[in-house]
Amino acid sequence: MKKTFIGQNPSVMWFLLALAVFTLAVTLLSEATGIGIISTSFVKTLGKTLCLCLVAVAMDVVWGYCGILSLGHFAFFGIGGYAIGMWLMYARTESIVLESLVGQPIPPTPQEISDAIGNQIFGVVGSSEFPAIWAFADSLVLQLLMIVLVPGLLALIFGWLAFRSRVTGVYLSILTQAMTLALALYLFQNDSGLRGNNGLSGLQNIPGFENTSQAWVSVIFFWASALALAAGYLFFAWVVSGKMGSVVKGIRDNEARVRFLGYHVESYKLFIFTITAIVAAIAGALYYPQAGIINPGEITPIASIYLAVWVAIGGRGRLYGAVIGAAFVSLLSSWFTGGGAPDIPLGFYTIQWTDWWLVLLGVSFVAVTLFFPKGIGGLFDYLVRKPS
Amino acid sequence: MSMLLEVDGVSVTFDGFRAINNLSINFAKAELRAIIGPNGAGKTTFMDIVTGKTKPDEGKVIWGDRNVSLLGMSESQIAREGIGRKFQKPTVFEAQTVRQNLAMALKTKRGPFAVLTHRKTVENGTRIEEVAEQVGLTEQLTRTAGELSHGQKQWLEIGMLLAQDPRLMLVDEPAAGMTPEEREKTTDILREAAKTRAVVVVEHDMEFVRRLECKVTVLHEGSVLAEGSLDQVTSNQTVIDVYLGRGHA
Ligand SMILES: Nc1ncnc2c1ncn2[C@@H]1O[C@H](COP(=O)(O)OP(=O)(O)OP(=O)(O)O)[C@@H](O)[C@H]1O
Ligand SMILES: [Mg+2]
Repeated sequence: MKKTFIGQNPSVMWFLLALAVFTLAVTLLSEATGIGIISTSFVKTLGKTLCLCLVAVAMDVVWGYCGILSLGHFAFFGIGGYAIGMWLMYARTESIVLESLVGQPIPPTPQEISDAIGNQIFGVVGSSEFPAIWAFADSLVLQLLMIVLVPGLLALIFGWLAFRSRVTGVYLSILTQAMTLALALYLFQNDSGLRGNNGLSGLQNIPGFENTSQAWVSVIFFWASALALAAGYLFFAWVVSGKMGSVVKGIRDNEARVRFLGYHVESYKLFIFTITAIVAAIAGALYYPQAGIINPGEITPIASIYLAVWVAIGGRGRLYGAVIGAAFVSLLSSWFTGGGAPDIPLGFYTIQWTDWWLVLLGVSFVAVTLFFPKGIGGLFDYLVRKPS
Repeated sequence: MSMLLEVDGVSVTFDGFRAINNLSINFAKAELRAIIGPNGAGKTTFMDIVTGKTKPDEGKVIWGDRNVSLLGMSESQIAREGIGRKFQKPTVFEAQTVRQNLAMALKTKRGPFAVLTHRKTVENGTRIEEVAEQVGLTEQLTRTAGELSHGQKQWLEIGMLLAQDPRLMLVDEPAAGMTPEEREKTTDILREAAKTRAVVVVEHDMEFVRRLECKVTVLHEGSVLAEGSLDQVTSNQTVIDVYLGRGHA
């Protein structure tokens, strides 16, 4: 009667297998191995897509399983990106500055070095001072810690305030939108300490990998993204299985009833909200080095809404649905908006997909919500007949 | 003998309407009690107050050996104190199996980390099967609760209540939608449960109440109108006037 975790959740095994095969195939076909059927830039796109799948899985857990329609989880994704970006930018600028100072008659003082780095980084916003939030930027370990701590703490405080006052439903969604909007607006300011609307750039240059080709760097990040997705998927599959899954789904369907069974609903929501925020941040920390740049535009409210759309189209309440939705819609989106899709001339009017893609997405979203509430993932129900 | 639950001078007003009016009612540690009263008498609201769903405007609700007030506690705290409830409209987790519903109700640790690292044990499994047997859902354990008939959902909710093993059971209209045989079985279960704990049953069906063979409290307009055996209260003229006289039975 007792079965292993994977044995009880065959979809987890199938997912991990598919991901492994996909990762291997992309690696073999990449420019890194010399075959080059898949270009380096497309490897990056695929690696980024895996990160989007991971944040979508987190979104599915918080929304699809726990019923909290957070429209702010992309803020955590962005914070993860900023956290790693600070170290990347600092370390790279430091090495450039040090290089330029080599051979000077008088060795530069640490203050001079720091000023020079500050000048390089903050010149665009008319400053050379390091803001306090950059205190740990010179340490990779500390900055990695920030990826977890900053969004974790923010989610904990925000969630505690919101859940404690029993804010639910649409009010909570609005509150999360306000959170991500406030964060974006703050970061847009030049004196936010994160270079205002310039954001952090040059993130694709990984210190320590100067002598590695971008082809290999892209494959390494692709692997890291695949690994993170696998680990995150496994972790969340474990969280939403068993008794925790029961309670969490119970909260989604009838939180009052769960309370009368003696479970402190707010603690559970806070737990789910926070762990999903942390995983979203980890996904972001892997995404932005592949994107090369992060700016406050990334975490405007619409980004979090897209996230919810992906999960809805993929099918919420099933983790692979979130993965399918995120991969499918984000790849399709870059195909349409990147000019991949041919324009449709109607004689009197030409449909240009760069303009019309959003309309198509919106219509699909409404259609899925109305006619296929189980999303694309729901198709698997026809494939797998559960023995009853 | 000190009381398990003492409700003293409690009042609740909804938008100017007094649903509970200076209500005082006590329950002993092991007793079976039926509460009857016309629609809108405040029976469900009384349960809402005890379980923390509704906060009264005034009055006291004192619980247990430590004589603590329930009024400052959250719903989940009150439930952990040992007060279980079955709702008037059966509320089970429809998306989950009967077994999962029972497992969630089972008296185990309620904290997130205890639940996250929870492992199935043989004892718990046996307990779930015992309860399922008791409420006749053994065959349905792996079925989704949403597929059950109305009566079966009633049973499941009673099963969840038993699995919780509370010191006070508040049972709101358990017989609704049940066949006569099922009603009989329900009275047996409730009487058995009341040997070791307090069981409070709200029911409109007089035959059902008669079979419970217990003290009856009549509520009317938010306060106690009469108390005693079923025969006593049904022969009370005021009760007949306000309740039976209006055609409820
Ligand atoms: N949340 C609420 N807001 C406003 N009025 C309420 C609320 N809850 C109950 N009431 C009112 O309080 C009164 C008592 O309701 P309650 O549900 O306790 O009656 P009841 O005795 O359980 O009746 P029934 O036998 O129909 O279940 C009713 O008039 C009802 O309309
Ligand atoms: Mg009622």
